[in-house]
Formats: sequence, C-alpha cells, structure tokens
Amino acid sequence: MIEWFTLAQVGVAVAAGLFCVVMGLAGRNPNDFTMGATALVELLLVIQLVVAIVAPALGNEPSGSALEFWVYLVSAVVLPPLAVFWGLIERTRWSTVILGVACFAIAVMVYRMGQIWTVQLA
Amino acid sequence: MSEQTPPTTSRDQSSRAVGVGRVLIVIYAILALGATARSVVQILTKFDAAPVAYLLSALSGVVYILATIALVKRGTPWYRIAWVTIAFELLGVLTVGTLSIVDPVLFPSDTVWSYFGRGYVFIPLVLPILGMIWLYVRRPAKVAA
Repeated sequence: MIEWFTLAQVGVAVAAGLFCVVMGLAGRNPNDFTMGATALVELLLVIQLVVAIVAPALGNEPSGSALEFWVYLVSAVVLPPLAVFWGLIERTRWSTVILGVACFAIAVMVYRMGQIWTVQLA
Repeated sequence: MSEQTPPTTSRDQSSRAVGVGRVLIVIYAILALGATARSVVQILTKFDAAPVAYLLSALSGVVYILATIALVKRGTPWYRIAWVTIAFELLGVLTVGTLSIVDPVLFPSDTVWSYFGRGYVFIPLVLPILGMIWLYVRRPAKVAA
C-alpha cells in the first residue's frame, strides 16, 4: 500500500461523495458528472487492488491482518458498480444521493484499509 | 414472494423502497455488509479475545441483513419484521454501547455497537431512529400500525 496514494484516494472519495449528495439533494438525476465521479472512485480502487497484489512481492507487506484488509478491499471494489447500476435503472435524484453514500462508504473503507496496512496498536 | 396481499387500497402505499427510503435502504445494506464481513473476520482470527462480543456482532450483522430485506419487501408481515429488527438494533446499540463503557474487556472497541457505534461514525445509533421514523411515515394502514 502506498501511503500518499491511499490518502489521495480517501480525499477523492470524500469529494465525490459530497458532490453526489449535494447534486442529489439539489434534485439532479444521475448524470455524466456524478456517474463519472463514482467511476473515478472505482478506478482508484482498481489501482489500489493492483498495488495491494504487487506490493507484498516488493517487501511492502501489511502490518495488520491481511484477511481483514482483503475483505475490505473486495467489498469496496464491488460497491461503486452497484451504485452506478442502480443509478442507470432508477433515474431519480435519490439515486444520485446513493452514489454519494457509496463514495462516502468507500472513503471510510479505504481509510480503515490504510490503518490495517500501516498502523498497529497491539 | 408473500402470499398475503397488503391491506392497503393503493398498491404503492405499503412500499418502503421509495424516495429517500431508498437511501436509507442502501445505508442499511452497506452497514449489513460491513458488520457481517467484519464479524466473520473477527470470529476467524481472534474469537477467543471476546467471544460474546464477536458473536453478538455476527448476530447484529444478520439482523441488519434481515432489516434491509424487510425494508425492501412489501406487505404487512415484512413491515412487522422491519419494526422488530430495527427495534432490536436500537436496543442492541444502546445496551452494548453502555456495556462497552462499563466493561471494555467484555466488549472491545471494534464491534459494531461498541461505544454506541463510534467505529462506524455513530451510524448504528442514528440509523434505527431514522428507520423507525421512515416506517411510521410509510405505515401500510392505520390499523396495521
């Protein structure tokens, strides 16, 4: 796991989440911008997935539970496509809010993943 | 799937999966996923540290899944299940939240309900209340409530 990338990823996910929730509450249906923001969050997750596969081979190993890390990562990768899928079939403003909720969830999950990888209390 | 028809005249009246309710259901689904996945990991890796707390976490995960389904499904039986599961969650977060402060050994900080759901941005505390408000607003008929 690359620390600056992970931090940037949390930042992008929070920004995308705020953007989608605000757009949704403003009454916008899912559009290219909100879908695009969610797609960007997903793209970063896929990059994170690749990093997590490659990093241990280069000596960058998780200091915490690898199992817990992977449960988070796999769940996270699945979320944005589900939210986007929902936004495609259900074209209401609440779907835009749901895109935002998914992005916020990703932000929290990536933050937790960063903790598992780098910070250990015990 | 339910063979019973809702007692309402309008077919949309009983549905909880409309408007802002959809957002609520999505948050429930994410919480269900998070709580269940995490408790599975905890039971697999450090079950002996706090068996009661981790089993309760697993139970809460299953109840969150049930609540999510109950919110989506139509009909009075599912409406009742939604009430029961959401009430269980509120009771759980209040009980375990209090116990985790009184006895941190029995209830470590990394379960869904510990410290009133602090590890989950207090969503487990707020969500049942929002869920109950939503269930009240979308009650199938005056008689059923």
